[in-house]
Amino acid sequence: MTDLAIDQIADPARGRTGRMIVYAIIGAIGLGLLLAPFIFPDVRSQEVAARICVFIVLVASYDLLIGYTGIVSFAHTMFFGLGAYGTAIALKMMGPGWDAILLGGALGIIVSLVLAALVGLLSLRVKAIFFAMVTLAAASVMAVMASQFSDFTGGEDGIIYKVPKLFSPATKLLTDEDGKVLRIFGVKANGKMAAYYFVFFGSLILYFLMLRIVASPLGTVLEAIRENEMRAEALGYKVVLYRTAIFCIAAVIAACAGILRAVWLKYTGPETTLSFAIMIDILLMVVIGGMGTMTGAIIGATLMSLAQFYLKDLMQLASEATAGIPLLPELLAPDRWLLWLGILFILLVYFFPAGIVGTLGKKGGHL
Amino acid sequence: MTTPILQLDGVSTDIAQYHILHEVSLDVPEGGVHVLLGRNGAGKTTTLRTVMGLWKARQGAIRFRGDDIAKLHTSEIARKGIAFVPENMGVFGGLTVEENMRLATHDGSFDRERLDRVYALFPALEKFWTKSSWSLSGGQKQMLAIARAIIERRDLILIDEPTKGLAPAIILNMVDAFREIARETTILLVEQNFLFAKSLGQTVAVIDDGHIAHTGNMADLVDDTALQTKLLSLSLDAHQ
Amino acid sequence: MGSASSLFERLGGINLLPVLLAIIAFVLIGSPSTWVTLTVAGLAMGMMIFLMASGLSLVFGLMDVLNFGHSAFVSFGAFIAASVLAALAAWVGADNIALNLLAMFLAIAAAALFGLLAGWVFERVIIKPVYRDHLRQILITMGALIVAEQLILAIWGGSPISVPRPHFLTGSLIIGDISIELYRLFAFALGLIAYIALFTVLNRTRVGLLVRAGVENREMVEALGYRIDRLFIGVFVLGSALAAIGGAMWAGYETLITAAIGSEMMIIVFIVIIIGGLGSIEGSLLGALMVGLMGNYVAFLAPKMALASNMILMMAILLWRLYGLRPAVK
Repeated sequence: MTDLAIDQIADPARGRTGRMIVYAIIGAIGLGLLLAPFIFPDVRSQEVAARICVFIVLVASYDLLIGYTGIVSFAHTMFFGLGAYGTAIALKMMGPGWDAILLGGALGIIVSLVLAALVGLLSLRVKAIFFAMVTLAAASVMAVMASQFSDFTGGEDGIIYKVPKLFSPATKLLTDEDGKVLRIFGVKANGKMAAYYFVFFGSLILYFLMLRIVASPLGTVLEAIRENEMRAEALGYKVVLYRTAIFCIAAVIAACAGILRAVWLKYTGPETTLSFAIMIDILLMVVIGGMGTMTGAIIGATLMSLAQFYLKDLMQLASEATAGIPLLPELLAPDRWLLWLGILFILLVYFFPAGIVGTLGKKGGHL
Repeated sequence: MTTPILQLDGVSTDIAQYHILHEVSLDVPEGGVHVLLGRNGAGKTTTLRTVMGLWKARQGAIRFRGDDIAKLHTSEIARKGIAFVPENMGVFGGLTVEENMRLATHDGSFDRERLDRVYALFPALEKFWTKSSWSLSGGQKQMLAIARAIIERRDLILIDEPTKGLAPAIILNMVDAFREIARETTILLVEQNFLFAKSLGQTVAVIDDGHIAHTGNMADLVDDTALQTKLLSLSLDAHQ
Repeated sequence: MGSASSLFERLGGINLLPVLLAIIAFVLIGSPSTWVTLTVAGLAMGMMIFLMASGLSLVFGLMDVLNFGHSAFVSFGAFIAASVLAALAAWVGADNIALNLLAMFLAIAAAALFGLLAGWVFERVIIKPVYRDHLRQILITMGALIVAEQLILAIWGGSPISVPRPHFLTGSLIIGDISIELYRLFAFALGLIAYIALFTVLNRTRVGLLVRAGVENREMVEALGYRIDRLFIGVFVLGSALAAIGGAMWAGYETLITAAIGSEMMIIVFIVIIIGGLGSIEGSLLGALMVGLMGNYVAFLAPKMALASNMILMMAILLWRLYGLRPAVK
């Protein structure tokens, strides 16, 4: 038997094993997130779990653009921020109620939609690179405005507000016969748990929505455009309209993720939503997970969030260990975390542009 | 028969995932005008671009005066003495006519004698010498593109559909110019306009769907109407 | 309508836009002396931004490469110049124009030298592997920008660094009730010299001719026998050095710099080249002057809207001319 023949037999098998691994990881993450309040009841872990949920949505919606459509936008945090700030400002001004979340969230979504349509129709007509520049400019202008109009936004300090009573830690979801909050597997069924499941199921719904979009005719057209724009245009598809449409959809989903984040954190500020650092996080998550794969978003967001929370501790140790050497402690300081991420990012884009899911599932078709 | 100046030997070229040329073999004899005919999308332009190294051949050899040039960089191919006049003419619109011509010289200075010859062939270029070339008409741009190819002595000139979109009167001028140019060099001409092609060509090759469908002398093809119909009926403007 | 637009074209067309902007601002501002001060500040700022933008624009025109890491050269230029000026504090503070000039020259030269060397390394290591792949190009150069910014934080620390101005450039020129900072005049003059030098090289030399031709049609330049990739490295390195010089001048202009200077300037530079059109230094100059003037006027009239106003300007011009005011002929 020739080598070629062996390859042909071995390859699909490897792709299949790779896909099995990916599905196993996804299953584990999904289960972990579903049961997070019970398995990881401490405050910090809850924080990580909620962040992962929101970022899976954010990253997946970004992947609709970069992976499925091949357009690079730097304005994703802008839409994320609009959703979060809309909710936050409404909660602050109207008090903690569902009406505030609905109204503020709706406003955030509408503004996102209008801005996305405007930017899309204006600059998606020309080269991808042009679009990247325009969105970058738009996002940074938005960030500057948020910090300048501090009467509304709280400026650099952000806004602290209360959320509906249901989500307050003092709320008893279930009580036992003594009237005390019921414990399930030793974990209090209080408002914090309700808030977590609000975020979890909110994210889940958005994620399934995106799975539907990707599998829909729209998703197919977008991939055709990405593969060969001229051909798609020649077949009669209005490329600009399709691209603008997906840009709007991604913007709205990002705004929804912003609402979830605002409700969970009870705080909204530039650092948690609008900052360029968040945009970089999203980029890293998309690339690590694998562009053009919805499952990649789950793996990328989870890995990066875990790393962000726990690797900084490691860097602290490394920095202290190298205290005597010049420059090295500064490079290893936890604050320099982005330096290493940046280097990792460059290496990934060079050597593994397909990301984890793409590399594992090689030749195995879509995941 | 002398050795051909340019030989394609089993050349295949891919663009993205599409196979455009399939083992094209072609000899271009030294001197005179030689024509590559074919429909739109048959692979004529790809053939020229592959010779020029603008698209790389996946397999096969391209020999220029016996040396394989298939792996060379476009600029090295140019410096071996091959000039290229692309279908869109490749005139630098932001530069003046003079600047366009100057870039085509090897050291930035003009040989007076050759320049006079260019002026004689294309008087319009002398007239618009200092003008921006985007202001030229289509025919004048074509003249400039050809003039660039002959301002230095080159052994082979590849020309892609020079008559496209030009008025009949200008095409007639072009025929005279090409005859004059072919006295000192070899021209490989890609055409769809059979009338123009037959008035110039010594040999002819017909390419269809990336394969060479016919090679021979132009005179034989002109005499053999049955063969013409068979090869060219699809969309060549044989009756133009 | 028709006659008005033909009059506009006769008077200089789009080159008039900065003038138009200045006239509108004059009406809105009211006070002539304030207007002069702001206009000079705007022109000086515009010239410094031009230094930063021109290289990026040419690099894009020539190779279709957009370097999102370009502003790393701006920030490194700024910090290197600041360090040189701090090290030469005695010369900088001396009441002696020759020593002042020498210190300033050394600071700018150090920045430029860094730009040349780092530009070369950057092109070879970061850009070259992804010449034709826009998506990865954007991602990788963005990654490089992050790394550069973090390196600056690691080397120079997170707190703002103050930049001493040479003694002869402190103070202002007073004419009647108009006061003009000397440093601004200096920045304007330096930018103008750079523009004239660039313009001359591009229009009067063979290399410049090749660059202009290459921006239009890369393949044709190669088919005429030239190696455009070598030309490109030259332009890239020069553009990086110009950006570093721009950063050095900017440091002296701001007098207080932080590591964020790179990302802040990048936005401005992008707005400038979108407004001006990619691939031409005339476009970059036009865009830079408009952004500089707009920024200063609006900062006076409605301080919170300064950056947003440039964004609005950009959007308006995109609506009017999709490819910017003066893109290279393609």
